[in-house]
Amino acid sequence: MRTEIRFAGFGGQGIIRSGLMLATAACIWGDKNAVQTQSYGPESRGGSCKSEVVIADEEIDYPKVDEPDIVMIMSQEAYNKYVSTAKKGATILLDPSMVTEVESSLHLKTYNIPATKIAQKLGKTIIANVVMLGALTAITKIVTPEAMKKAVAQNVPRGTEKLNLAAFKRGYEYGRQLKG
Amino acid sequence: MAKNNKAVLTGTHFLSGDLACAEGALAAGCRFFGGYPITPATEIAERMARRLPQIGGIYIQMEDEIASIAAVIGASYAGKKAMTATSGPGFSLMQENIGLAVMTEAPLVIVDIMRGGPSTGQPTMPGQQDVMQAKWGSHGDYEIIALAPSSVQEMFDLTIECFNLAETFRVPVMLLADEIIGHMWERVEIPPSNEITIINRKKPVVPPREYHPFQPDDDLVPPMACFGEGYRFHATGLTHDEKGAPKTVSIPEQTKLVKRLCGKIRTNTDTIIQVKEVTLEDADVVVVAYGIASRAALSAVRKARTQGIKAGLLRLITIWPFPEKLVAQIAEQAKAIIVPEMNCGQLVREVERAAKTTPVSLLSKLGEEPHRPSEIVEAMRRM
Repeated sequence: MRTEIRFAGFGGQGIIRSGLMLATAACIWGDKNAVQTQSYGPESRGGSCKSEVVIADEEIDYPKVDEPDIVMIMSQEAYNKYVSTAKKGATILLDPSMVTEVESSLHLKTYNIPATKIAQKLGKTIIANVVMLGALTAITKIVTPEAMKKAVAQNVPRGTEKLNLAAFKRGYEYGRQLKG
Repeated sequence: MAKNNKAVLTGTHFLSGDLACAEGALAAGCRFFGGYPITPATEIAERMARRLPQIGGIYIQMEDEIASIAAVIGASYAGKKAMTATSGPGFSLMQENIGLAVMTEAPLVIVDIMRGGPSTGQPTMPGQQDVMQAKWGSHGDYEIIALAPSSVQEMFDLTIECFNLAETFRVPVMLLADEIIGHMWERVEIPPSNEITIINRKKPVVPPREYHPFQPDDDLVPPMACFGEGYRFHATGLTHDEKGAPKTVSIPEQTKLVKRLCGKIRTNTDTIIQVKEVTLEDADVVVVAYGIASRAALSAVRKARTQGIKAGLLRLITIWPFPEKLVAQIAEQAKAIIVPEMNCGQLVREVERAAKTTPVSLLSKLGEEPHRPSEIVEAMRRM
């Protein structure tokens, strides 16, 4: 089975890093094939930014996302641009402090994750993407939380592992409660 | 990245194409990198800057790409396996010295992670627009070798192959990847070092007094002494005889040298050329593709087969020398050929030339998004 995941927001939010963490978790600790691609403008902060992950049991031929099954959105611009390209019935995770105008008519399973608020409470807004990843892991079960935690720890700056794992845990718990 | 003093990082890794390329170079024995950072090839320079000093190699950041390739040529003369990595704008600056490397038969590897051009174009976006430049960018008649990876594993494997080909034929070899492959992350298996095939340049078997640096063996490739080993070695961009002495007016020397520089590649195309064939046996519609476009093409061919279309893929791993004979053979059997490229139509001309009367159709793509498999399947239906 092939699952396509898209992460979108702006530069500096850890969008590309989020995709990389998920793909690493699936490939190295999840016993799956995974590929991550990315797209961003020349500006490293503030420009629109997208990261794509394909996870499959079989060999992955086409490495890009065509019709995503899962979309994690961290800006209004990204929501407006990408939500319509999601597969019917796709799972959408968004941060309501970043995405305020939401279309309700679309046939999508939308989950609001207050990642920025949770991250602020933990002391650093910059870890909001890891909160989102925690929720994504709980809601979609695309990888195990154990695999994801290893990928998070490996992909964050040294000395910030504890903080990031706390962010992951809070996001995971929030996602699990939402999912019920 | 943790400190690691091993040249070959045997094991399973999750790497980007750029990083895998750097690791492939180190595994091949590259111990000199002269470069100037440029998106989307910067990660290669960064990795080499960190890794080379750990294993006794040298990394130099030069003032620009002209100097970068000049330094690489010098390192090659001195006996090192050497490379540089760049993108379109830097590749343009390197063209003059690529000619010097061809003329003086300096084995070296040039990586071009292709972005959108012309000029500075779109730095972070993909392209396959330097394909003809790789072949014809420097003036004069010459042959080079260029390989086009389509996965992160191939960024590792083919970088090693680039060094092996460069050392075998004393020629600059280019790894032509696109931004998507360079920045894409995938699993890479790095084998134990004793399982990696490494080829080193032929050394002279005659005493220094009898050595002529441009006197070829039967394979048209001269053995190469390194500067400082006690052999006389005169290198010049001017037409030269087998001793390396300039021959600026001699018709026989010009003819002999240029024919040999081209001939050492042209007579060995069968051993150089690598392709991957997918369900070509009974194919009516054949997609000829390389790099990122070949990934969409592979998916398209598989989809088309499930829909009853007899589709096949010829994936070019070697794009220069162009596999003309093979394309001609395939064209004889196929009813139509499709060439998806992320440019306005470059390699498609070579395909057309080889395919003769078989219709060839270009699927051109520019900018951020590569071809989608569904677009290629639609093109098959139209043929």
